[in-house]
Amino acid sequence: MKKKRRKMTLTRKRAITGYLFIMPWLVGFLWFYARSLFMTFQFSLNVLEVKPGGGYTLTFAGLDNFLYAFRAHASFKQVLTTSIADMLIDVPLITFFSLFMALLLNKKFRGRTLVRAIFFLPVILNSEAIVDATNLARSLMSGGISNAAAEVAEAASGGVSIEYYIQMFGSLGLPMGIIEYIVGAVSRISDIINASGVQIIIFIAALQSIPGSLYEVAKIEGATGYETFWKVTFPMVMPHIITNVVYTVVDSFTDSEVVELAYDTAFTYNNYGLSSVMSLVSTVITCLILVIVCRFIQKRAFYYN
Amino acid sequence: MAKTSKAVKPAKEKKTFSIRNLKEQYHSFKTDTQFANDRKRWSSNVKGFIIGLLKFLLIVGVSYVILGPVLGIISKSFFSNADNYNPMVYMIPQEPTLERYTKAIAHLDYWKVVCNSLIYTVSLMLIQVFICSMVGYGFARYKFPLKGLLFGCVVVMIVIPTHTIMLPLYMTFANFDVLGIIKLIRGAPVNILSTPIPLYIMTAFGCGLRSGLYIYIFNQFFRGLPKEIEEAAFVDGAGTWYTYFRIMLVNAMPSVITVAIFSLVWQYNDTFYTKLFLISDDVVISKKIASLAANIANAEKIYDPSIQQLYTNAGIVLVMLPVLIIYIVLQKYFIEGVERSGIVG
Repeated sequence: MKKKRRKMTLTRKRAITGYLFIMPWLVGFLWFYARSLFMTFQFSLNVLEVKPGGGYTLTFAGLDNFLYAFRAHASFKQVLTTSIADMLIDVPLITFFSLFMALLLNKKFRGRTLVRAIFFLPVILNSEAIVDATNLARSLMSGGISNAAAEVAEAASGGVSIEYYIQMFGSLGLPMGIIEYIVGAVSRISDIINASGVQIIIFIAALQSIPGSLYEVAKIEGATGYETFWKVTFPMVMPHIITNVVYTVVDSFTDSEVVELAYDTAFTYNNYGLSSVMSLVSTVITCLILVIVCRFIQKRAFYYN
Repeated sequence: MAKTSKAVKPAKEKKTFSIRNLKEQYHSFKTDTQFANDRKRWSSNVKGFIIGLLKFLLIVGVSYVILGPVLGIISKSFFSNADNYNPMVYMIPQEPTLERYTKAIAHLDYWKVVCNSLIYTVSLMLIQVFICSMVGYGFARYKFPLKGLLFGCVVVMIVIPTHTIMLPLYMTFANFDVLGIIKLIRGAPVNILSTPIPLYIMTAFGCGLRSGLYIYIFNQFFRGLPKEIEEAAFVDGAGTWYTYFRIMLVNAMPSVITVAIFSLVWQYNDTFYTKLFLISDDVVISKKIASLAANIANAEKIYDPSIQQLYTNAGIVLVMLPVLIIYIVLQKYFIEGVERSGIVG
């Protein structure tokens, strides 16, 4: 009996120490995150007025802010849909591009460290001002795929008609949606390259964690490189695709226009309730997308352990 | 192998073109393993070469897309006015000048601001490493009720963008009060916006810039360390705190370095929090760069936007410089850190 009580106290002691270790974060989470999430929700249902001496008053307005955002606001719906569409286009492209590059960079070759360093550079130089400046520099750069969108337009006005090719592919029977997707992908190739630094590194790490014995077995059994990729590499990398998708979605959401619009609505037009609605709606949609995508991948994922 | 090739030779020397001979020749070619091997090697060599070339072109192309604009900015920052108007000049200026830099340094108040900026980022980085490693350790090594739920909250912190809660954060710090204590002393809650204090407070409570990610990294890493180290320390009479601080944290050096570097760079580049909390330009250089072009244009009476852009380029190079130096020196740790410290997992 006594022994049992002692054991209890030890686990309890350990539990209390554990709580002490996470205490700063716990307080911060409740204070800043949980409370703020609740407040965002609260603001979205109210009209908020800032009092001159500091502080604010809330007047309950029901769903008025939501209705206004969706029915009356000039650009919210459009910005929201373009942001989400951009995200839906970007995420698979970034994921597959980074997987592809990781496969390339995983092999040993001369200058690998240098190439990796270059690929990681955009992660380091991701400050807003620097990104703006590099974008400008890129569009001023002549030639190459510097500014594919502009070049596509130029080609259309000049000798080569891009429209002609698009129509040709269309008459070949490719659905228009796919063609538009491909054209869109080509025109934003530099954005994709710049956004996939961390993802490439994560995939490289994933590739290196695949046990070599699996490849040996595949080789002995006579699998071709193609089969090895689909039967060994791809399933083993699958769980990391989730990590990358989450990272990409969150990252691309942070830079999206919806966020900018919400920021402007709050701090330029002082419409705090509406801004909260915008943040809330876009966050809920992002989370929904994340949940759906993760479910979808998780069903197909193969876990080694 | 040698036998077959010898058998071919007499057939070749006869040079009589009968069908039977041809058939024989064809047959000997077919069974000639030397020839088959050569052909195979040759074709695989060619294949390897072509694939290698394609890979090389792809890597060079992608590197160009990344490096091109950066090199463009650097080279433009040395352009003189004449170079800027001369369409023949590309990348390498004819009359390089340092004028852009001297003016940009003067208008940015560079040395002072960059020092402030570095003090601000380094101090935040130290707090970040300390708090996040502590929380990560708590999650990795201790069992307590609701642990799963609480760790879920950490993941929520990573996933939910900070923008969702920007308004309440703004409100909280505009009327800052801790349980009514400040109101008791000063009569009204204080407004601590436009100072860096809000960010220090948030970071100290594990809610700074990307703290969730850092907690996650530390948790993953501590879970991978063997338990025996801790137990040995415990048996030798080390207290909980001592064990964590002097033994576990030292062992977790790779992830400490990763988190430190990332938090340094991301904090240095961050404009979201600095904009939200209205932190002064003189503390954060990445915010000050935004107004550089306008400042120089007003002070120096420069009306051509393309010339203004040259000054901005110089400013950008100046802002990038500390980060680039950190990156080049610690490049190895950046990439290996991500690979090793368990973001993957």
